[in-house]
Amino acid sequence: MSIIKTSRRKFLKSLAFGSAAVGAAILGILPAIKGWVRKMRPPGALNEPDFLASCIKCGQCVQVCPVDAIKLADLSDGIGVGTPYIAARDQACDFSCDGLQCVLACPTGALTHEINYAHEAEMAIAKVVALSGCLAVNGQGFKGMARGPDFEGKLRYNEIDRWNPIPLNEHPYDLESCDLCVTHCPIEIRYAQCEAGNPPSGEERQCPPEHAIRMKPLEEYGGNFFMPEILEGCVGCGVCEMICPVDPPVIVMEAYPGSGRIL
Amino acid sequence: MSLLTQSLAQLFGKKPSKPDPSEFSEEANRIHEEHRKRRSKSEILAIHEAREAQAKNTFWRRRRWGVLISVNLFFVASSVLHINALEGALTGSRFVGFHMADLNSALQVMLAFKHVLINLLIGTITIAFIWWLLGGRTFCAWVCPYHLLAEWAEILHLKLKAKGWAMDIKFERGTRTWLWLIFAALAFISSYTVYETISPTGILSRALIYGPGLALIWVALILLFEIFFSRRAWCRYACPIGLTYGLVGATSPMKVQYHLDDCFHDGACRQVCLVPHALEITKPQRATEAHVDIGADCTRCGRCVEVCPTQSLTFEFKGLSKIK
Repeated sequence: MSIIKTSRRKFLKSLAFGSAAVGAAILGILPAIKGWVRKMRPPGALNEPDFLASCIKCGQCVQVCPVDAIKLADLSDGIGVGTPYIAARDQACDFSCDGLQCVLACPTGALTHEINYAHEAEMAIAKVVALSGCLAVNGQGFKGMARGPDFEGKLRYNEIDRWNPIPLNEHPYDLESCDLCVTHCPIEIRYAQCEAGNPPSGEERQCPPEHAIRMKPLEEYGGNFFMPEILEGCVGCGVCEMICPVDPPVIVMEAYPGSGRIL
Repeated sequence: MSLLTQSLAQLFGKKPSKPDPSEFSEEANRIHEEHRKRRSKSEILAIHEAREAQAKNTFWRRRRWGVLISVNLFFVASSVLHINALEGALTGSRFVGFHMADLNSALQVMLAFKHVLINLLIGTITIAFIWWLLGGRTFCAWVCPYHLLAEWAEILHLKLKAKGWAMDIKFERGTRTWLWLIFAALAFISSYTVYETISPTGILSRALIYGPGLALIWVALILLFEIFFSRRAWCRYACPIGLTYGLVGATSPMKVQYHLDDCFHDGACRQVCLVPHALEITKPQRATEAHVDIGADCTRCGRCVEVCPTQSLTFEFKGLSKIK
C-alpha cells in the first residue's frame, strides 16, 4: 500500500472516530436541547435554556441540601447528564435550610444568586389534578403516616426540631379534615409566623407577600367539605405533592414550560 | 522553530520532525558523535539486562495511583461524611470555601452561557494557576479517574494484543484538536455544554460522589474500545480536557527532562508512554541540546522516568535545582 493510501485510510478512520464522539455527545443531549423531557429544577434555576447552558454539573447543590431533595440526572432522564432536578413526590424542597443553600453553593449562577428567600423561588407550577381523590373534598380526615411506613422522605417540623428535618414516617397525624397540603406549605408556615409577629430568623424580609394555598370551603355541600386551592404566592416547592396521602396525589408540580431549542 | 512552538505544534497533532545536525548544540553534537560509535556485544547485552531489570519498576506509578485515588476519595468522603472540605465534583468544586473549576468544563459553560460569573472566574483562574505550576496534563495522570481505569484497560489491552486478540488502531493525533474546536463551537452555537454529556472524567467523578448511573455504560464502551481496538484511544485522540491542560502546562516549570548523555536510545520509555511522540527526542540524533524538556503533551505520569535504565529522564522543577 502506498503512503498516500495509508494516510488516507488513517484520515478516514480518524474521521469516523471523531464523528462517533461528536455524534454520541449530540445524541446524549438532544432530548434536553429539544425540551422533550422536563423536570423540576432546584430553587433559583434560570429559565431552562439558560440553566442548561450554565450548569457545570458539579452537584454542589446536591451536597448542601438538608433534605436531599436534589438529584443529578442520569443519561436516561433526558434532561442533561449530571444536571440537578427535584422529584417532588419523593422528596420536595421544604426550604428547611432557610438560606437557599443550593443557590449559595452554585458556582456558575445556574441557580441565580438574585434570590434570597423562599418566597422568591419559582420552581414549578402547582396544579390540582385529581380532585376527586382528595380526602377533604370527600369530607374525610386522615389518620396515620402521611405516606406510609416505608416512605423515606423528610420534612422539617419547627416545633419538633428547628434545625434537623425528620422522616415523615416518624410523624403520624390524626386530622378531622385532611389539610396536610396547606399546613405543611413552607410559604404558609412563614406567612403564619409573620402574621403572629414572629418572622423566620426575626427578619421581616423573610415574610412572603402572598398566600400560596388554602382550603376552600365547599359551602354548597355544607359543613365539612373543602378543596385545596393554589394561590398567587405558590413557588412550586412540591411539599403539598409530597405529603398528599392519596395516590395519585391531588396536587402535582409541573416544570416550567421552558422553550426547547433546536441545535 | 523554538522548543515551545514545537511542543505546541506536537500537542495539536504535528509529527515531531528530525532536526538538522546543524541545529545541535556543541555539547549535543559531541554526545551524538559518541553515541554513533558501534557498541560491543557485551555493551548491548548489558543494556538489555539493565532494561529488563528496570522494566518492572513502578515507583512513580504506585505513588501516582495513590494520589489519584486519594484525591477522588477526598471528594467522596467530603460528600458522604459531610465534612465539607472538598464539595462538588471534578467539574466544579469548593476546597474549604475556595472555588475551583475544571478548565474545560468552565470553558464549555462560558461559551454556552456567554456570561461569566465571578465565582466561576475565580475557580477557573485558581485551577489554571495550580495546573500551570504542576505541569498541566499532570491533571490527567495524577487526578483524572478515567486515566486510572484506562491504565488498567491498557494493561489488559497489551496482554490481549500479545496473544493476537486485540488490535491497536492508530488515529491522527490531530483528531483531538478538531474535537476540541468542534466541542467549543458546539457549546457556543447550541448554548449547551455538549461535551459534558460524554466526558468520562465528569461522569466517573459524579458516579463516585453521587452514586452510579446509566451514563457509566458510555464509559464502559470507551474502555472496551480501548481494550480491543485502540490503545488509550480516548486520552490520546479524543479528550479535549487533556488538550486544555496541555496548553496550560506548556510553559510550566514542572517538567520531565531528557538527558542525552547517558541515554542508550533503547526506547523503553516510548513503549510505556501515553504520548510517545513527546519522547521522539530520545531517538538517536534527535536532541538538539544535552538536556531537553519533554513537550506540553506530557502528562508527567513518570512511567518513562521509572522504566529508564539509565535515569536519562527525570522530573525537574525549574529553578529548584539551582537552590540545591
